[in-house]
Amino acid sequence: MIPEIGHFSLILALLVALLLGSLPIIGAARGNAAWMSLAKPLSRVQFLLIGFAFVCLAYAFATKDYSVLYVASNSNSKLPLAFRIAAVWGGHEGSLLLWALILSIWTVAVSLFSKHLPDDMRARILGVMGIISVGFLLFMLMVSNPFERLIPAAIDGRDLNPLLQDPGMIFHPPMLYMGYVGFSVAFAFAIAALLGGQLDAAWARWSRPWTTLAWVFLTLGIMAGSNWAYYELGWGGWWFWDAVENASFMPWLVGTALIHSLAVTEKRGSFKAWTVLLAICAFSLSLLGTFLVRSGVLTSVHAFATDPRRGVFILAFLIVVIGGSLALFAWRAPTVGRGGKFDVVSRESFLLANNVLLAVAATSVLLGTLYPLFVDALGYGKISVGPPYFDAVFAPLMAPALFLMGIGPIARWKEAPLPELAKRLRWALGISIALAIILPMMLGNFTPWIGFGLFLAFWVLATSVELIYQRLRLSNLPLLASIRSNSRSWWGMVIAHLGIAVFTFGVTIVKGYESEIAVKMAPGEVAHLAGYDFTFDGVREVQGPNYEASIGQIHVSKNGVLRTILEPQKRFYTVTNMPMTEAGISPHLIHDLYASLGEPLENGAWSVRIYHKPLVEWIWFGCLMMGFGGILALTDKRYRVKNRNKSIEHLDSKVTAVTSEVKA
Amino acid sequence: MKPWQRALIPLVLFLVVAGFLFKGLFLNPKEIPSPLLGKPAPAFSLPRLDNAEIQFSPKEMLGQVWLLNAWASWCPSCVDEHPVLVAFSKANIAPVVGLDYKDTQADAQRWLDKGGNPYVVTVMDTDGRVGIDYGVYGVPETYVIDKKGMIAYKQTGPVTEEALRDTIIPLVKKLQSEVNQ
Repeated sequence: MIPEIGHFSLILALLVALLLGSLPIIGAARGNAAWMSLAKPLSRVQFLLIGFAFVCLAYAFATKDYSVLYVASNSNSKLPLAFRIAAVWGGHEGSLLLWALILSIWTVAVSLFSKHLPDDMRARILGVMGIISVGFLLFMLMVSNPFERLIPAAIDGRDLNPLLQDPGMIFHPPMLYMGYVGFSVAFAFAIAALLGGQLDAAWARWSRPWTTLAWVFLTLGIMAGSNWAYYELGWGGWWFWDAVENASFMPWLVGTALIHSLAVTEKRGSFKAWTVLLAICAFSLSLLGTFLVRSGVLTSVHAFATDPRRGVFILAFLIVVIGGSLALFAWRAPTVGRGGKFDVVSRESFLLANNVLLAVAATSVLLGTLYPLFVDALGYGKISVGPPYFDAVFAPLMAPALFLMGIGPIARWKEAPLPELAKRLRWALGISIALAIILPMMLGNFTPWIGFGLFLAFWVLATSVELIYQRLRLSNLPLLASIRSNSRSWWGMVIAHLGIAVFTFGVTIVKGYESEIAVKMAPGEVAHLAGYDFTFDGVREVQGPNYEASIGQIHVSKNGVLRTILEPQKRFYTVTNMPMTEAGISPHLIHDLYASLGEPLENGAWSVRIYHKPLVEWIWFGCLMMGFGGILALTDKRYRVKNRNKSIEHLDSKVTAVTSEVKA
Repeated sequence: MKPWQRALIPLVLFLVVAGFLFKGLFLNPKEIPSPLLGKPAPAFSLPRLDNAEIQFSPKEMLGQVWLLNAWASWCPSCVDEHPVLVAFSKANIAPVVGLDYKDTQADAQRWLDKGGNPYVVTVMDTDGRVGIDYGVYGVPETYVIDKKGMIAYKQTGPVTEEALRDTIIPLVKKLQSEVNQ
């Protein structure tokens, strides 16, 4: 009964979404206030209905209802409860339901935090989100119904893919989807602005916090996925240029460009058409990513079902949404004014150059991801281009982007005289070049690649330090007051940029100095790597809830002192008959020691891989800093609810007034 | 270019991509004629995967019908192909030489340790030079080379059981029955 109620709730949600996608937009076009005002209640009802359907499906999972096909395919009676709930988005149908749920959450959020928006703008934004929702709900109800019954019911479920039975499964997909789908808000703002013909600074100001929030989720979601792959796949890698990873990375690149371009549009009124195009592209790439994952056109570890009907449906939806919005863009964009003029050397042009680099990088990732498909479509067979292509193309595009990233925040708007810039940056340049040469020398291995990577990391760091130093010194206030005198969004920018420096530093060091060995180890045998002694103590058998595990124990010592114990596992999931590797990792700020079990050999010996990965954690720490920077920017006082605490607001504005006087 | 024309560019680009995506939905791998068909297999000398100090050259295979399979550990389609090749090698029909394309020694060795080794010998084409000579579009690709060292057939994309049964094995048998001149 419960699954039928969930199904019915989805049908109602579709009807509500149809109303939401039509009436408010028509109302906005005709100036009909009553129709426009429907947008808010409809978004909330839609959220309740989809949320209810989601709860119904989760209930079916929790109560092990194997008369539901989707539950029987993705769960098992021995699967622990937390994973049974996460299994809701473990397959094709359920992850679509999660998509729709998250879209309805964003829609409700817009309806709640849009008091300052004009009525017609709000009606159009919610309406556009309603149209997107219609597409996904229709898709689910027509070809991917998660509530489909299985009669007669299965005795037990086929179990969730063991690769997904990991705490990462609980956080990674929802985070990632919050990011993906979050770009629908920026998209809806852009379409609403195109429809209403009001592409101005106000539009950029409104859509900025939404874009930043989506970007934060996407950043953290990608980070969680990369970290998950690192310990789950057992190869010690953290990024594989897999088609689905690329599908999440492309919206990130374009979203990053969008954040920066929105800043220019808000502050200077320039790049309006470009910003709109980026907003459309960021979300289009999210949709394209969904298509690539769901349609099975590309081979990937993430691929779900292959069903051409589903592919055709998503493609048709893609053409309607992306094609429609690009057509609207082609029609309306030429009428958009050009905005403020700026010099060749100015913050605008640095940001524009960075934008172009990010967009080109996203395009090249897109090309590499779709190239196998193009080759196939032209009749040349199924092939892969793989990491060699991406490494060769991506690094040369990102290097100048990082270099410009150091200059942009220091350059002035409108025009930044080159001699003045050079004067401000000479120390940063000298120090980062020197460190990039000295540090690898000290570490005992200098290659141009390492030197260059380190130079970029130090360059971003040094220019940020220079930026902070100048800002704090100029304010002439006591330290604490001068820190406070700069807005949180400015600090957020600085911290996110420092996050990039930390990330680049981590990547360069781990790529340049990691080491690994593959050895056959019998109990009692010792392997040596990076000055550590790894002693294999043998393997014990442990029974998990739905798997049998062989847990190896390796104790690691240095100069006879015990440092840590690694416990890599080899699991065998009994329902799906799949072996799974769980790496044993000792994470550390300086380096990770990482071991994974290969195959059992004769006499209790195992093939074992041991990795020494210096600074690998910095990669994810850098991502966390980027995410934190975004959150800090979101808590900037101009986004906080106006009338919450007048006195603090008053004080804040006083400080701002003082500092702006000082700056002037 | 007028502004309205410029504004149309994104739409046109998208429609081209959408066309390919549509076609991609209904595709299956198929073989294509290679300009190298009927021509001598390009000569090379590359280090062996199991021992980089020993070089391998196609000349060593003269007099035999053999398969050259370009693969890489980073290639998802190769995962599908690999067990097919392992089964083929166990049937002892013809030797398969692996061309490990743009890969690292460690990754490739791990791949073979994990999935089994169907190759009589594997050579490392680390910079992809030999791949260019053979016109490798990407991996996997497989060449059937006859006793005189001529390329008789090229399979783009993974070798499937059907491709083996319907095309490659009959061809190999036919070539093997030809008298060595």
